[in-house]
Amino acid sequence: MNVLLDHFSDFRDGFIGTVSITAVSTVIALVLGLVIAGFRVSPIPPLRWFGTAWVTLLRNTPLTLLFLVTTFVVPEILFPGMSAFVLGSLALGFYTSSFICEAVRSGINTVPLGQAEAARSLGMTFPQTLSLIVLPQATRTVLPPLSSILIALTKNSAIAGAFSVTELFGWQKLMGEEGYDIVPVFLWVALAYLVVTFTISGVFRLLERRMEVAR
Amino acid sequence: MSASVLFDAPGPKALVRNRILAVAGSLLIAGLLAFSIVRLGEKGHLAAGMWDIFNYSGIRQNIADGILATLKAFGIAAVGSLVLGVLLAVARLSDHKPVRWFATGFIELFRSIPLLITIYAVWVGFLIDYSMWALAVGLTIYNGCVQAEVLRAGVNSVPKGQREAAYALGMSKTQVMVTVLLPQAVRAMLPTIISQLVVTLKDTSLGYIILYPELLNSARLIASNTLVDGKYPYVSTIVVAGIIYVAMCLALSGLATWIEKRGRRAKTGIGTPPAGQSALLSGDAGQAAATGILILGDSNQTGGPGTGGGGQN
Repeated sequence: MNVLLDHFSDFRDGFIGTVSITAVSTVIALVLGLVIAGFRVSPIPPLRWFGTAWVTLLRNTPLTLLFLVTTFVVPEILFPGMSAFVLGSLALGFYTSSFICEAVRSGINTVPLGQAEAARSLGMTFPQTLSLIVLPQATRTVLPPLSSILIALTKNSAIAGAFSVTELFGWQKLMGEEGYDIVPVFLWVALAYLVVTFTISGVFRLLERRMEVAR
Repeated sequence: MSASVLFDAPGPKALVRNRILAVAGSLLIAGLLAFSIVRLGEKGHLAAGMWDIFNYSGIRQNIADGILATLKAFGIAAVGSLVLGVLLAVARLSDHKPVRWFATGFIELFRSIPLLITIYAVWVGFLIDYSMWALAVGLTIYNGCVQAEVLRAGVNSVPKGQREAAYALGMSKTQVMVTVLLPQAVRAMLPTIISQLVVTLKDTSLGYIILYPELLNSARLIASNTLVDGKYPYVSTIVVAGIIYVAMCLALSGLATWIEKRGRRAKTGIGTPPAGQSALLSGDAGQAAATGILILGDSNQTGGPGTGGGGQN
């Protein structure tokens, strides 16, 4: 109890840090994931290859390595001096985008065949078919895996703490270094993560209920 | 001869447009790559000296030691997580309420908090001088919980008749579980289990943070201890370490895909779900309607929705 009370402001900053890096990288991952999923089913072969390469590469790379890449390689290519928060969200967002891409793609696969055929017979182009007909119907099946992916993203954001982003792991590390008993620290951090992940799964349960269709 | 149901077979106009887009897209991607390479070159990261360091036997030895350390932690964690997974799965399916509650609580707690938090707590709290064991124990706890859920899904997917027949033959609860249910569950879930092992392999890189000298940490040590022309060779060591990691993970997920294909060929037993697709998701998400599914039958489909990669952790 003392650990939390003595260092409450650090803990609060850490919690806010975790929530904000999760939010920012969720946005990056969702946008990139949708775009890459579109690439992977598109009629243009080079884009399909790019999508496949992207997913294969990112899914088989440890996230820690991606953090190293964004910390040491990306500033060399773009401009130096980007904040650890931006770099961390980039790493997390890119990594998660490959999983979101696969979830969206398998969601597209569950839309009944006739829908796309009907759209095509009405003369819709590929972007129209995808964005007006297929993707809206795929949303329902994509939601449950998306919820697990975002929870995994929240958990993965802990790694950012090791790359000098202010968040909950950073707090745990600080307390560990200051010699506090690690068990209560661990429990408080665990509780904070549980709050975030339960919120995410609650929101998604709500969304799923709203999108439910009677069959 | 439409390639996909999402778009028509291109006519002359669409063919031209697709070609233009293809060229533009490739140029854009190639341009981004070229830009990165040029920028890295400008900063001197592509100089021969930066890459020549891998010719020194000392550095090669360091990398080999790093790979060995990674594989050692992975080996312990893989065996440990499978053993713990079986124990927790059996406990969660137990008839005794306290055992079931304990297993459920344990699984839900450790599955929902970040692995890094667990590893760090184990390291600081109990095994400060044994970072390899801290890493292995942390990985074992987390992945054991995930494997337990996978196995539980597998046991639940065994047809009810199997269990009933075994009981009718007079087998005890243990016998039914060990000789009838678990073997079939493992066979059905093998691709998913191996995908989770890929995740375990990827997560050994967290040893970097608790200063365990695995591949990534030795790469960083090499980079920070070697000075080439007044610069540290971070880029080259990260690229080399990354290639080794991706190769190891691809080899392991290739194994999962191969087993999945083999399982699909066999007509007996329960069907194997696609590798990489978490068994926990497959309940609702992978439940594609049996008929009338969009088949994107095309060369871009290299496999099922989850093949060729590890699951998410």
